[in-house]
Formats: sequence, C-alpha cells, structure tokens
Amino acid sequence: MITVRSLAKHYRVHSRQAGVGAAVRSLFRRTYQTVKAVDGIDFSIETGERVGFLGPNGAGKTTTLKMLAGLLHPTEGEARVLGFVPAQRDPSYLRSIMLVAGQKQQLLWDLPPAETFELNRAIYGVPRDQYRETLDELIALLELQPLIGKPTRQLSLGERMKCELAAALLHRPQVLFLDEPTIGLDVTMQAALRAFIRRYNERHGATVLLTSHYMDDVAAICPRILVIDQGRLTYDGTLTALVRRLRPEKRVTLRLGEGILETALAALEVPVVSSCDGVVVLQVPEDRLRSVVAQALDKLPVVDLTVEEAPLEEVIADLFAARPKRAEAV
Amino acid sequence: MTSAPSGLGALAAAPVPPPPPPVRPLRGALRALPTMLRVHFAEVVAWRAEMLVWVLAYTMPLIMLALWSAVAREAPVGRFGEREFRAYFLATLVFRLLVASWAVWEMNIEIREGNIAARLLRPIHPLLSYAAQQASAFPMRIVLAVPIVIASLLWIGADVVTRDPVQLLLLPLTLVGAWAVTFLVMVMIGSLAFRWESALGVFDLWLGLYFVFSGYLMPLELLPDWLQSIVRWLPFPYMLAFPVENALGLIDRGTTLRALGIQWSWAALLLWGALAAWRSGVRRYSAYGG
Repeated sequence: MITVRSLAKHYRVHSRQAGVGAAVRSLFRRTYQTVKAVDGIDFSIETGERVGFLGPNGAGKTTTLKMLAGLLHPTEGEARVLGFVPAQRDPSYLRSIMLVAGQKQQLLWDLPPAETFELNRAIYGVPRDQYRETLDELIALLELQPLIGKPTRQLSLGERMKCELAAALLHRPQVLFLDEPTIGLDVTMQAALRAFIRRYNERHGATVLLTSHYMDDVAAICPRILVIDQGRLTYDGTLTALVRRLRPEKRVTLRLGEGILETALAALEVPVVSSCDGVVVLQVPEDRLRSVVAQALDKLPVVDLTVEEAPLEEVIADLFAARPKRAEAV
Repeated sequence: MTSAPSGLGALAAAPVPPPPPPVRPLRGALRALPTMLRVHFAEVVAWRAEMLVWVLAYTMPLIMLALWSAVAREAPVGRFGEREFRAYFLATLVFRLLVASWAVWEMNIEIREGNIAARLLRPIHPLLSYAAQQASAFPMRIVLAVPIVIASLLWIGADVVTRDPVQLLLLPLTLVGAWAVTFLVMVMIGSLAFRWESALGVFDLWLGLYFVFSGYLMPLELLPDWLQSIVRWLPFPYMLAFPVENALGLIDRGTTLRALGIQWSWAALLLWGALAAWRSGVRRYSAYGG
C-alpha cells in the first residue's frame, strides 16, 4: 500500500544575520545552508491502517506527507503509494488520495462550500448517484446542512474544517493524508472530527496517515505511530509500547480520606510525583505495582485508587528533550 | 530504539478498496470543464465590485486617446487623424478588457503562500484549472464591454469597423489567440515563482515592453520601419495590436491571415514553453515550511 525506502528531502536555504548590514552584504555574497528536512526514512503501511506521525516542529512530518501526496519531489530515495510513484502525479493516483491540511484550504473563499463540492464532483469525475449518496452521508455525519449554503468566508474555523473534510472525501479517497486536521478547533469539534475520521476509515477501509501536535488526536485515531525527529525515523510501533518503553512505571493516584501519613507514604519507597489536597500521585515500577498497591491499601486511609500509564504529552516531551542535536550541512 | 515496521493491519476485516480505474486525463478534464466554468463564473460574479474597479484600472487607452487626438488636431500623424485615433484607442480599450488575464498574480500568491497545493492535488492539469478560472470571466467582461462598444460606434460611426467579412469572421479567433498568448506568457513567468518565490519583478519588465510594443500606447505603424519589422515577429503585437488592426481594417485580409498564423504559432510555442516551465517549476517546488 505505502512503501517508503531511504526517502530524503533536502532544502538549500539562504541564511543571513538580521540587520541592514547583513541585508546589504547578502546582495553580494550569499550563504546557503542545506536543511535535511527528511533524511532517509523507511517504513511501510498496510491497507486500512491508521498511522500517526509524531515529532516536534520541523521534524519532517509535513514534508514526508507532502512527498507522499506528490506535492514535493524527493531529493533521494523512493516512495510508492497504491503502486504509484507520487511525484509523477498520475491523475489516477490523485483521484485515489487526498491531503487535508488544517492550515490550508481548498474551499472557494467567496462561494458557499456547496460550489466547491460540485467543482470537486466534476474534477474527480464522481458519478452523480455516488456523489449524492456520499454527500448525504457527509452532511449527516458532519452536520453540514446549515453550512453548505453560506459563503465560506462567513464560516467559523471549525465549520470550515468540517466542510474541508467533506470536500476532501467526496471522491472517497483510499488514502487520506491529514496534516494537523484539528488545529485551532475547540475540544468538542476535535472530538467530533476524530470520531468521524475513525468512522470513515472503518466504513471505507481507507488508509489514514496523520500528523498532529495534539496527542489526543493520535491516541484516539492511530493504533500505530511513527516518530520522526530531525528528519529521521526513531520509532515505529504502537503507542502503548512506546509509552511502556519510555516510562515503564505506572502512575498510581491515591485519594486519601484523612491527613496524609508521611511515614506510611515513605514506607512505600516509590517516588511521589505530586501531593495536594489529599491526592497523592506515585510513580511505581511495574514489577512492584501489586505489592505497592497492597501496602498502600493496608497502611493508608485510601478512599479511591487509580492506576494509569504516564501522560502521553509527558512521555513525548521526554522523548524529544533527550534527543541529541544534529549539525546541518553548509 | 527503532523497532521493525509493524504493519499492524489493524483493519483486516475492512473491505479492501478496488484499485483505481485508469483515467484519461484529457477526457476527464473536458467533461469537468462546463462545471469548472460555471463555478468560476459564480466566483467572478461574487467579485463584481472588484471587477468594476479592475476595469477602471484599464483607462490608459483613454489617456492616450486624449493625447494623440490633441496631436492629430494640428495635423494627421501618418494616416491617423483624430477620428482614427479615437477608433484605435477605444478598440484597444475594449479588446484589452476582453483578453486580459491575471494568472501571473494568482500563481505568484498561491505559490508563495502554499495554496497551490489545492490545485496540485487535483487530477486535472493546474494550467487547465487556471485557464478555466480566467475564461469564466469572459461573460462578465462582455457585459462591461458592450456599452463601451455601443457608445463608441455611436460617437465615431460604425464605418470605422472593417467591412471585410473574412476579417470580421476571424475577429473572435484573433481575440482568443490574443488571450492565449497573454495567458501563456503569464503562466511561463508565473512558474518562475516556484524557483524565486516571486515572479512579479520579471513580469514588470515584460509589462514595460508590452506597453510599448503591443500597440497599447500608440499604433505600431507609428514606430520606425526598422523597429516595426522586428516587433512584428515578437509576441507583443499579437496580444493586442493585431486584433485591433484587423477589426478596424488597418491591415488587409492577406496580412490578417499571415498575422493569424504568427499569432497561433506563438500560442503553440508558448503552450510548450508554459508546460515545460510549469513542469520544471513543480520539480523545484520546495513549499518549505508552507
């Protein structure tokens, strides 16, 4: 379905210091820097998978997505999606995919979304019956009815994003590239879009490749994640396995009925992450979980107890904080 | 800590989509064309106020009309008296209005801001998408041009227009050719934005030459003979002066046919050049951070 081998994209960018002097000097002598946005990555994705791309800003996530969508030509390596080479931008390929970027839009700004839908129907050659059926389904799922007749410029960000998704899915793409699809949306809208993306994948068997800075997006949509950092792939597997690998400890939260018994707490011999208003959070190695919980229940006035993985944001922040800096070629 | 690609196959139960059917790009594009024209026409109607202001920006021929008429009041310039200058510059105004394009500005801003992605993702050639967008403005332009034409004919008299039926029949073809040359030049220059992030400097340079050599500021036959003989081989006259000269009968039928051949040869050459410039530009496109 999607195979990527030694894929790389390098940019040659002009660099100069700030200030008038530097600006004048750059007229006569320019210095360039080679930025390795993507630096030789390999992975493959099966039909129907939902895969999340994680990485800090500038890690190469969007560049990879753009190469897979045929917007950018790779500097090196190769990518194949549905048997096509994306950079060749074969019309059959473009009819089978869609890239939705939260910060870019395809909706015609001065016209109602219904006009963009109609334009896409014609351009993608969607038969009228199928178009009507898909549009009705999208209108129902995304609650678009009140929106499709209003000029796009008068829609809120969330409303526009829903219409963007509908415009992107009218031709029922088999591969969906989503770049920050929930950026700027409120939590209700984010949850609605996540649910919709899952449902589209389950119903149509489409492959979904998603980038997002919101860990909740990734956790809710993607069973598998690829971590990309400084242009290189550093992890490929499940989210749960990543969390377990980086933070094998569990978080045990105790709500105590009476005052905290410091001595009993110290006797547990595990780090206290936080302690506030009778709620104590402990970090417990997995192999000691059973004994620590038993001891806590025995020695402390426990009213409530929960055991969880470490928060995803924290795990990912640790992952990126620990990485070594890579020098750029000049 | 890289693990082996897992390929979870999370949705093994989901139906595997069929392989995409083969697409005939040209046939698909032609089928989509009526809808593209209709939707883009709706867009032009939404911009009606902007369109009106845009028309007002094309008043240079009226200034030239006043200027050259004042000169001709003393004595004719070549075979141009006051009346001929009026006819020439009013025809220039109307035809410029009909054959103008804004593709270079559209491309420049879309490439700079990354919005070109929406066109690149669609399964029709982006140049066709630009062409449909520009062509969809024709009906609106005709609505704006008709009152100017009627007023001009009432003022100057209808006999300034050629009586040759062949020249009249070829008039639409000369206008479509003029639009094609204008549009394709803009696409060629606009494609430079893929490399330089802005192509407007180059276009300004082109525009300077266009003003002088397209007949926009003065009839080309007022240029020195040696310069005219060079300019007639360049694309500029076929973007404006040629349709005007043909419509007003300033050239004979034979010259019209020869010029039409040159105009459409330029259109064909520029189509090749525009496609090549586009292809090369897309290969270089970085969309870095966009």
